Amino acid sequence: MSEEFKVEIVNPEKSFFSQEDVKEAIVPAFEGEMGILRDHISIISFLKPGIITIHSKSGEEKFFVEDGIVEFKNNNLSILTSSIFNLKDIDKNKVQDLIKTTEEEVNKSEISDQVRFLSDQKIDVLKSIN
Amino acid sequence: MPSLDDLKKRIASVKSTQKITKAMKMVAAAKLKRAQENAERGRPYSEKMNNIILNLSDGISDKENAPKLLSGTGNDKVHLCVVMTSDRGLCGGFNANIIKKAKAYFTKISEEGKELKIITVGSKGNDQLKRVYGDKIIEHISFKTSKNTNYFDAEKVGKLIIKKFEKIEFDICTIFYNQFKNVITQIPQAQQIIPLNTENENDKRSEDNYEFEPDEDEILSNLLPKNISTQIFKAMLENSASEQGARMSAMDNATRNAGEMVDKLTIEYNRSRQAAITKELIEIISGAESL
Repeated sequence: MSEEFKVEIVNPEKSFFSQEDVKEAIVPAFEGEMGILRDHISIISFLKPGIITIHSKSGEEKFFVEDGIVEFKNNNLSILTSSIFNLKDIDKNKVQDLIKTTEEEVNKSEISDQVRFLSDQKIDVLKSIN
Repeated sequence: MPSLDDLKKRIASVKSTQKITKAMKMVAAAKLKRAQENAERGRPYSEKMNNIILNLSDGISDKENAPKLLSGTGNDKVHLCVVMTSDRGLCGGFNANIIKKAKAYFTKISEEGKELKIITVGSKGNDQLKRVYGDKIIEHISFKTSKNTNYFDAEKVGKLIIKKFEKIEFDICTIFYNQFKNVITQIPQAQQIIPLNTENENDKRSEDNYEFEPDEDEILSNLLPKNISTQIFKAMLENSASEQGARMSAMDNATRNAGEMVDKLTIEYNRSRQAAITKELIEIISGAESL
């Protein structure tokens, strides 16, 4: 029996990434990292800032996401997100910029606890990339 | 009767206008292709988003406590209309069609005695609406500086709308835009985005049972604001494809009309030149006869 399923990552402008022979996908779901294998139960969840890791026959791909929704159904994993980078393409300066703007946002007083939590998370993840 | 020189000048000026309209048509055709591709590429996102929301709203257990973005405020006193037009003119009936549709809606609302608020996106719509509805326009947004339609612009509009909704500045939000059908036809659309209309898309609903993490309500309240931005982005993509399509056909017509005009003017020019020659000949002949 095959152990593969399909992953599709779409952002509002285009279909960002699509692969048929994925063995395992690890997504930063809202309540913790979630590993998805073939024949996972249908699930909808949303993402917090983190790294999506996709293991396939041809290798491993890593993406940084800020938010989004994951939907898994009939061995199709769809990830909808508005902000995503492939870790291969992102350069250090850009990461630094992102950290800086996020830190500025955290330092503003009027943000809600949830936003602060998510921003802190984002900074942690971004720092771990560097 | 215009002199030969005048006619010559007019022909030259019409010809140069024709050159411009022809160039604009070419540019619009190239841009249209790109806009159409963008619209197509953006489709999976909004479709998937829509599907998930439909599934979720079906499964919501407690209708009373459903997020306000879905169920509405319970009133329909204040209507917010987001009129999306282009930033540039010379595109035929494109902007006029949206404005016409929007104005019809405005009249209907005021007749029902409800309050009206307007946000204009794109400067052409603002120019046309501010004369009559100037006091109703609460916000004007223009994306003249951004070259392509991008999601960040849509998100800006979406966030603005949500912020106003949270402050309960309005009850119902409708967006006006042109839907792209083909190069010649664009259909002006009025789409209600708050509260979300889930009724008329029954056929797309799937029967799957999902596991939710965290629960439905929380996902839904996270998702709905994103959906607003997505809907606006979709409208912007449709609009930009429609704009280029409308401009292309308008410029095509203009080029053709200019061609006809040049033909007509050339005939007139030739005729008056012939008349001048004949006149001169008659003068010479009658001069010779009188000798």
